[in-house]
Amino acid sequence: MRILAMDTSNQTMSTAVIEDQKILAERTINVKRNHSVQIMPAIEQVLKDAALTLEDMDRIAVAKGPGSYTGVRIAVTVAKTLAWTTSTELVGVSSLKVLAGNASPLDESLIVPIMDARRGNLYTGLYTFREGQLLQLEKDRHVSAEEWVEIVARRQRESLQPVQVIGADYIKYQELFESKLKGSLLTLPMYQQLPRASVVAWLGLKEAPVDVHSFVPEYTKLTEAEENWKEANPDQKGGSYIEKY
Amino acid sequence: MTIKKVLAIETSCDETSAAVIENGNHQLSNVVASQIKSHQRFGGVVPEVASRHHVEQMTLVMEEALKQAGVSYEDLDAVAVTEGPGLVGALLIGVNAAKAVAYAHQLPLIPVNHIIGHIYANQLVQPLKFPLLALVVSGGHTELVYIEAPGHYEIIGETRDDAAGEAYDKVGRVLGVPYPGGKHIDEMAHKGKDTYHFPRAMLQDESNDFSFSGLKSSFINTVHNAKQKGEKLDPNDLAASFQAAVIEVLVKKTIRCAKEQPVKQIVLAGGVAANKGLRTALKEAVEQELQDTELLIPPLSLCGDNAAMIGAAAFVESIKTDQIDLTLNAQPGLTI
Repeated sequence: MRILAMDTSNQTMSTAVIEDQKILAERTINVKRNHSVQIMPAIEQVLKDAALTLEDMDRIAVAKGPGSYTGVRIAVTVAKTLAWTTSTELVGVSSLKVLAGNASPLDESLIVPIMDARRGNLYTGLYTFREGQLLQLEKDRHVSAEEWVEIVARRQRESLQPVQVIGADYIKYQELFESKLKGSLLTLPMYQQLPRASVVAWLGLKEAPVDVHSFVPEYTKLTEAEENWKEANPDQKGGSYIEKY
Repeated sequence: MTIKKVLAIETSCDETSAAVIENGNHQLSNVVASQIKSHQRFGGVVPEVASRHHVEQMTLVMEEALKQAGVSYEDLDAVAVTEGPGLVGALLIGVNAAKAVAYAHQLPLIPVNHIIGHIYANQLVQPLKFPLLALVVSGGHTELVYIEAPGHYEIIGETRDDAAGEAYDKVGRVLGVPYPGGKHIDEMAHKGKDTYHFPRAMLQDESNDFSFSGLKSSFINTVHNAKQKGEKLDPNDLAASFQAAVIEVLVKKTIRCAKEQPVKQIVLAGGVAANKGLRTALKEAVEQELQDTELLIPPLSLCGDNAAMIGAAAFVESIKTDQIDLTLNAQPGLTI
């Protein structure tokens, strides 16, 4: 199976083309650029690099969030539109799972992918490798870093597993993690800190295709306006607010 | 480049829209998914909420537009998209969707200015004749645009503060009508009388510019003072007085510009073009004062944001483009 994969959830932009278990081409850029400007030329180039065309793809895989709202939406919009317009399968992979997939597949470690969500908050989740499969132990969430470190530390005390924290934003929270998990933290080299589209594709091999039209990002958080509105209107169920004419 | 059929996309604010337009003047489809009900919860458009809705609707709306038009990708000659002005996060969805479709089917990509789109909505009804003067009034814009020939635009007057539609929304909030306030104020105005004589800002001024923030403040003060004194004001009269002040300035300045710089057509455009009071007043003024000038007022379906107008404008913009520029980006502050 040939997959075109992409991730623009945060500052890193990565695109890749794989064929079954083989990476044919991958481009990862980690300087601050504009994803909206760069993503389509990058896709065009990575397909050229792989000596393939869009029609050769059996599936499109995308990192669906969480992450920067605008960033996540760019790859999701491109992936969803390409899949729809060429009638190709679409799969979405958690952007946190993509980071977790960079970890060393040691059976005994707890994997903590993190992204800075500002104001002392993180987008994070808890994963582990078991027999080569990446499993989720705690669901992806938007949570305060202080609270999250306690949860990870409790898990660590229970299981006595080493902890791998992954993500370019780790540096901002390193002290906090070290204060609660001293001695059990494994530090990963820089090349394992960035999201890679080859990992999106690898994880995408195992995902079930989604309905393209209804596919949306996993923000893991309502907008502030909606949170406030829900608080003020607890009885409102929501439903569709879109009218077509 | 000869272009016949265009798939057009518009996502600059709170409507996700796609259309198929033939020859710049014939609408084969025009699908609009409006988010108004969602933003009503917040009393105005919340940009992040708008962006989220666009992602939900984008491919559905494009599919519906192609289906209704009965065309396939082989029938299309280009993809047109609003590049700006508008909300950046909202524009990005349309721009990236348009680029993906253009790339997948190797179609030229035509970026369109939203304001030019509003003006060209009229071309879907009857041919534009140049030179023309366009009055563009919406929630984000109040502009007088002189167009000497296709592609030659000159803004000769614009608002120095609030857009006319924005003033309507703010006054609507004070009157307690649902967002967007324009439609409700228009209805109330027809039941009331101009009794408060709000200021006609910059009417005597030599410039062609507009200002609506003073009018808005005067309105709010009137309501506030009455409240403090425990007086009851007639909301219909308030609406009628506000609307009369907005319309008088818009109409008089438009007529004055057309007299100074004669044009073949005066074209009304933008969301506020749906205002009955404005449509009637402009029609009467042109009939009385500019007998040789034709007035174009778009049907209500083409006043609000829609992709059909982007497809119509794309035929003029297409002169500049003959390839797919995959680096196209959203231009939230784009001018004409």
